[in-house]
Amino acid sequence: MDKKKLSLIALNIRKNAVAEVHAAKSGHPGGSLGIADILAYLYFEEMHVDPDNPKWDDRDRFVLSKGHACPAYYAALAEKGYFDKELLITFRKPDSILQGHPDMKHIPGVDMSTGSLGQGISAACGMALSGKIRNKNYRVYAIVGDGESEEGQVWEAAMMAAHYKLSNLCVFVDSNGLQIDGPVSEVMNPQPLDDKFKAFGWNVCVIDGHDFDQIAQACKNARNSDKPTAVICKTVKGKGVSFMENAVAWHGTAPNDEQYETAISDLEKIEKEINA
Amino acid sequence: MSEKIATREAYGLALSEFGAKYKNLVVLDADLAAATKTGTFKKAFPDRFFDCGIAEANMIGVAAGLASTGLIPFASSFAMFAAGRAFEQIRNSVGYPHLNVKIGATHAGISVGEDGATHQCNEDIALMRTIPGMTVINPSDAVEARAAVEAAILHEGPCYLRFGRFAVPVINDKENYKFELGKGVVLREGNDVSIVATGLTVHLALEAADILSGRNISARVINIHTIKPLDKELIVKAAAETGAILTAEEHSIIGGLGSAVCEAVCEEKPVPVLRFGMNDEFGRSGSAAKLLEMYGFTAQNLASLAEKAMSLKK
Repeated sequence: MDKKKLSLIALNIRKNAVAEVHAAKSGHPGGSLGIADILAYLYFEEMHVDPDNPKWDDRDRFVLSKGHACPAYYAALAEKGYFDKELLITFRKPDSILQGHPDMKHIPGVDMSTGSLGQGISAACGMALSGKIRNKNYRVYAIVGDGESEEGQVWEAAMMAAHYKLSNLCVFVDSNGLQIDGPVSEVMNPQPLDDKFKAFGWNVCVIDGHDFDQIAQACKNARNSDKPTAVICKTVKGKGVSFMENAVAWHGTAPNDEQYETAISDLEKIEKEINA
Repeated sequence: MSEKIATREAYGLALSEFGAKYKNLVVLDADLAAATKTGTFKKAFPDRFFDCGIAEANMIGVAAGLASTGLIPFASSFAMFAAGRAFEQIRNSVGYPHLNVKIGATHAGISVGEDGATHQCNEDIALMRTIPGMTVINPSDAVEARAAVEAAILHEGPCYLRFGRFAVPVINDKENYKFELGKGVVLREGNDVSIVATGLTVHLALEAADILSGRNISARVINIHTIKPLDKELIVKAAAETGAILTAEEHSIIGGLGSAVCEAVCEEKPVPVLRFGMNDEFGRSGSAAKLLEMYGFTAQNLASLAEKAMSLKK
């Protein structure tokens, strides 16, 4: 694993995610910045995928159950070569394929349309179950939000994944502690998520969602388990942009021109540090 | 019209029959396999049957994931819990990505009987036909139910199939019977009025036409097994040629076949349309036979309503 390379990819994902939301004057920058490292690791280290053949039947699958964080997802897909990076600034525009939430019908590389919370994890279970039925070796990855796990459907899916021993399923829980109305602990506390997944029969690990070594270890741990794996990732919502970090207000707000410049300058500082 | 079989029975048998022919067919249920009759498939193909437990929302999402990999999942529950509880999952995880999921919804309408209003879904056709790209099928008997299952398998895209709990007469056991998605069937020619029926009411419409014929009224009987896409051409033709329509369905008069026929007719060939079905009210407990009679699901009532529709002609 080339951590410097991954860090630079994650940084590009962050820059492009902010650029998308800025250009659209709409979208969700906070959660996008928080999952950039997980996406960088999955697409550039972990998953067997082929951007030239996005529908390859033996590919690993990815479902962004918290679909609103798609600016980072689209940036990762573009980085991987599924489509031209120039498309990114068309995000949320009427003539763009890059819909406000992931659309599998039109966006190369998107394995499942998501956006309505709680639903993506069920589709990921279906993909994993299909892999078992058809004796395929592919794995299925998903990112679910901590706020999202307030949806009952997440636990219906959790029950099923354990019941059918979907060991080919690895769900990252983006535990950034914030949701639209405030801290998850105040709005409707879903914690302790690790104990809950354990109680539902999952293999569980808790990691720093910005640490590639820990993400790598979690993926390895998941591959060696005979249960579905939940990786509870402690993350910083808005990671990398000073004024967006841990700020509820940046869940679904677009930066204005001035804020955008500050955001990019923050990220460029990090880029210099990585290159130094 | 001799034998009586519930369309859910035919559904279970059809899944087993076609399970052998179509190897990528898989079946999901939500703890109702004995009632929806997917248990028949489970016996035949235990490796391709997955109980999702009492968790319909997840079941629909799982079906979407299975379909995204090329399998053809039939997800089954009662109409109330499939179309009702899981509406948004069907809309967003199946309809929006246009995934090849088949929803086999049984126990539709008041003929559920004793379980009462909480289990009698009279709203599913309305809900399902508003989803872009969704095919909505409501077979009238066991023969049509079997044919509908295969048609759904061969159709690429989401389908909602509606089946009943109550045994209904077999009316389509003709040698030349052919099922075509989206095509209505003229079961009886007539010029004075058209009775456009679906599901359990089709056999009643045929009996009503017999009664009307004794009153020197020639009623055309049309079976609409596919409510969406609707066979507008056939319905507009009936409007033009008979001048009045009675619709009949075991569903709310709001949003179902009656509404769909009104939409087609008022835009292309306005004629009087009377809608028969469940009025804007909930059902109740009772035997299916008794409830059907109480709520007017009789040939006599349809005959009177058809006459009323005729009387509205200018």
